Amino acid sequence: MTSSRGMIVLKRLAQAIPTLFGVIVVTFIITRALPGDPAAYFAGPAATPESIAQIRAGMGLDKPLPEQFVRYLQDLATGNLGSSISTGQTVLSDVLSRLPASLELTFSALLLALVIAVPLGILAATRQGTFVDHLCRVVVTAGVSLPVFFTGLALVYVFYYILGVAPAPVGRLDFIYISPPTITGFYVIDALLAGDPETAGAAFKQLILPAATLAIFTLAPLARMTRAAMLQVLASDFIRTARAAGLSRRKILFTYAFRNALLPVVTTLGMVFSFVLGANVLVEKVFAWPGIGSYAVEALVVSDYAAVQGFVLVMAILFVVMNLLIDLSYTVIDPRVGFDG
Amino acid sequence: MTSTAEPARAAPGLITHTLYVLRSNPITLLAFVLLALFVLAALIGPYVVPHDPYQSNAANALKPPSWQYWFGTDDLGRDVFSRVVVATRLDLLISLSAVVISFFAGSTLGSLAGFYGGWTDRIVSRLLDTLMAFPLFVLAMGIVAAMGNSVQNIVIATAIVNLPFYARVSRTEVNIRREAGFVQAARLSGNSNLRILATQIFPNALPPMMVQISLNLGWAILNAAGLSFIGLGVRPPTPEWGIMVAEGARFIVSGEWWLALFPGAALMLAVFTFNMLGDGLRDIVDPRQRS
Repeated sequence: MTSSRGMIVLKRLAQAIPTLFGVIVVTFIITRALPGDPAAYFAGPAATPESIAQIRAGMGLDKPLPEQFVRYLQDLATGNLGSSISTGQTVLSDVLSRLPASLELTFSALLLALVIAVPLGILAATRQGTFVDHLCRVVVTAGVSLPVFFTGLALVYVFYYILGVAPAPVGRLDFIYISPPTITGFYVIDALLAGDPETAGAAFKQLILPAATLAIFTLAPLARMTRAAMLQVLASDFIRTARAAGLSRRKILFTYAFRNALLPVVTTLGMVFSFVLGANVLVEKVFAWPGIGSYAVEALVVSDYAAVQGFVLVMAILFVVMNLLIDLSYTVIDPRVGFDG
Repeated sequence: MTSTAEPARAAPGLITHTLYVLRSNPITLLAFVLLALFVLAALIGPYVVPHDPYQSNAANALKPPSWQYWFGTDDLGRDVFSRVVVATRLDLLISLSAVVISFFAGSTLGSLAGFYGGWTDRIVSRLLDTLMAFPLFVLAMGIVAAMGNSVQNIVIATAIVNLPFYARVSRTEVNIRREAGFVQAARLSGNSNLRILATQIFPNALPPMMVQISLNLGWAILNAAGLSFIGLGVRPPTPEWGIMVAEGARFIVSGEWWLALFPGAALMLAVFTFNMLGDGLRDIVDPRQRS
């Protein structure tokens, strides 16, 4: 049993390799093969054709594309994503230093969305046609229609400007606090570990609004899927049998129904992650959150080429890894699952 | 494979069914009304708005909504209402052209893959999987960054990231009809493969594709507005909902809410309209999927 599960995991890991390769190819195409001349850009506005040609040769851009691709792979293997023009650092160090901020935001939002969406979906499924069901439908429809940057601004207006309960949208921590020593990179956890509850509280306050913004956006597909999956499972024969056998409602709902409904919900989580990573960029801009999303936006404004490409690649790898983890979690949730595709 | 699966054939029944769905589902009716309003605003908006959307007036800057300026004025004294209405055309145009491009490219790729199978299918599917391996908004950012910051490239980027959705639907729809009776009959009477695909199979794949288009339009609008919100594509002073929200965002913390609220609400309403329309169309096209 364990060996076959090990095989499944290995097989799934192997399946991620072509995907990862495809991602690298697309990123390469975006970097090199599309119109737009990086050499002309690096040479600056005062460049002569000669200086552009010189830079092109220096960057290896005059070589044939396959050769450039091999060089690109070599660069990636050594972690060389180029240097950012605006910060003067390597893109890799920039991205790595900003990644924890994005992850802290994304994971808090996902957690918040799951905590609300799953019970809402279950309630809507078990009480079909009641108030909860209608509420679920409204939340689901509104959630997918709301532009995430607009929700963010609305929350800032209500909770910061009118009610005054939320801090100003100035990033991860107000200027009066000193950022905690880096252990996990998540400010709230780091501050708690450093025994500084006041800073932890301040960081947590900063986190609430952006996380809630992302969560509202994420809620909708999760609640919708939970409801649909629960409805389907509750209508199946084994639930009828369990009911006939006189099992308690709670036992039927959580032990039998929910475990089986979990699989499609987790699948949705993979798709949701794609949207969350995209929405993350917008939320980071609204709340001045210093993650890789706002890094990319700043880089875009000044046409910082290498930084944007590095950002796209890192986001894509993050997404591939997340999907991998989600698929692997299937084997834990449902031992019947294999990956024959 | 009777008349219920191919509703395009039963025209009178379809109309009755559509009317029935509209009557029993007032939200779909509302969506159609809203759609008509948006189309009207896009067509005649620039000619009927009360103020010039580009006319700045420093004396009138940051005025809250009033009888003269229904949605207030922005930091340059321009009328927000006029700008929101005029922006409709550009926003709808961007998302519509993106969706049209990805519909044609995606359904061609998907139909070929679904019809021929084998290596064609494998290559197309791998291509789609690779596109889907990116967070889509991030991929769109990368494409715009590489191709240059223009409205045209926003359209292309949005089209590329939407392509997999159409390709997948058309691939499945074509694939399940590949060996259907009417296809074999057409083949026996001497039609070429491409002709069968284009005239016999593809029309049957259209209804689910229409639903996809409507659901996708909302997302395309959000995607394009998101790109212009972070400063890609549309340049100021052009009125566009995403960029207007971005410009208004600076004034939220000082309480001038109308700058961001109205373009944001227009955006929301447009997306809401297309999502409702998509759900309604799905009920009309495929009653079995009604939830």
